[in-house]
Amino acid sequence: MRLAMTDAVTFSPRRIGAMVLRYWYLLRGSWPRLLELAYWPTMQMILWGYISQFMAQNSTWLAQGAGVLVAAVLLWDVLFRGQLGVSVSFLEEMWSRNLGHLFVSPLRPGEWVASLMVMSLIRTILGVVPAALLAIPFFGYSVFDLGLPLALFFANLIVLGWALGLFIVALILRYGMGAEGLAWILVFMLAPVSAVYYPVDVLPVWLQWIALALPSAHVFEGLRALVFHGEVLWGHMAWAALLNVAWMAACVAAFLWSFRGARVRGALLQTGE
Amino acid sequence: MTHPAIKAERLTKRFGDVTAVDGISFAVPGGSVTGLLGGNGAGKTTTISMLLGLLLPTSGTVEVLGVDMVRNRHAVLPRMNFSSPYVELPHRLTVRENLTVYGHLYGLPRVGARVEEICRHLDLTAYLDRAAGKLSAGQKTRVALAKALLNTPEVLLLDEPTASLDPDTADWIRTYLERYRQETGATILLASHNMLEVERLCDEVLMMRQGAIVDHGSPDALLDRYGRESLEEVFLDIARHRRGERADAEAAQ
Repeated sequence: MRLAMTDAVTFSPRRIGAMVLRYWYLLRGSWPRLLELAYWPTMQMILWGYISQFMAQNSTWLAQGAGVLVAAVLLWDVLFRGQLGVSVSFLEEMWSRNLGHLFVSPLRPGEWVASLMVMSLIRTILGVVPAALLAIPFFGYSVFDLGLPLALFFANLIVLGWALGLFIVALILRYGMGAEGLAWILVFMLAPVSAVYYPVDVLPVWLQWIALALPSAHVFEGLRALVFHGEVLWGHMAWAALLNVAWMAACVAAFLWSFRGARVRGALLQTGE
Repeated sequence: MTHPAIKAERLTKRFGDVTAVDGISFAVPGGSVTGLLGGNGAGKTTTISMLLGLLLPTSGTVEVLGVDMVRNRHAVLPRMNFSSPYVELPHRLTVRENLTVYGHLYGLPRVGARVEEICRHLDLTAYLDRAAGKLSAGQKTRVALAKALLNTPEVLLLDEPTASLDPDTADWIRTYLERYRQETGATILLASHNMLEVERLCDEVLMMRQGAIVDHGSPDALLDRYGRESLEEVFLDIARHRRGERADAEAAQ
């Protein structure tokens, strides 16, 4: 059976807004959810902030780059929250068995994905910005001092988070709620090779190739260069953006393939546990 | 002749080795109420899912209001809607929030006013700001119906709309559906196990067994053909592969 391409590519801002509203209603109606958004980024920032203060007194490397670990923690959380924002909003539909209603409405898959991304952005900002602001009174360090490159780091990491989130959605659509746990753990597989807290060149050579295939490794290399040497590594930024295009295209394809498979198997109507 | 609002031709759905729907063809005239009857596993929900475009057929075609539901379903989705007790609305959102989201998804003008209007019609005003998960079964069914009627659909597909409801609430919903059809001229396809409901609401009945349509006709015609007093007896004749009293008598002669 052939499907019209317009299924995936036509967008209505109003329908995207409707879905953002749906997730926003859920978020604003639950203070534990709001608290959880800011809780982990703040705790991580405080923990790593004090560790880096202690280490800075004993390490010229860290003393030269005050705040590099705090910035890395906050930016890693952008990636994690970006992915989680997409996956969890999708899981909300699975938990509430609402997919059947959504997809007999005029909502198109592309619009739904766009709403998941918008909601992920909102959730990430709500989670990470308070932690970044708290770093100022706690450690006298402002990640906002990174300037324009911070926006590039943020954009590249959240886009990679969206791509990973979509990949997890595709896996859950294909394999059911048994794959739910991946939403919480998959991103951590990337942490060692994203070189969040150490340079890529400390990795074995074969692992460096894997690291350099990830936009996140280029972002964190760029972050360290900026903090330690005050220079913006445009090459790394360009690689991060190019790789993100490739990762996003692959993950969107996986999602569309999986969504179509769900329509073949009838999984859109029989969702939930 | 009225153009059919729903038309299926040689519609088939196979899940691996299992044939859930086996080459069925039927047409539902515009403005009619048609019942889709059959035992558990007869293929009713699978058929409705294909009519909605939620499930892709293995072969065959489905048209709703003249639009191919496999290739171009988004052209007609704003003009139809669906309700089933097996598909739920988000529990943590209030009735108003749920209906507001769907109002925007269907592109309605003045969504807030429409939500209040449909809730007034369905006696839900008192529950507008209550979480959907905290409603009783009857209230949830009415909210699901409110969602299904929000866009005043020309084609309404209902999967067991009164399942697990008390007789009073079930009767209230049937009355509402009768009035809705009279006022709007909508086409309704209704899958149900409740034979009284089908006798009361339906102009035409499609009887399914093992993925095939084994008989069809108006409730009166079926009663006459099988020589039975009620549709329930006709249902049992079909489910148990019996021909009915009249056919048995004719065969005996």
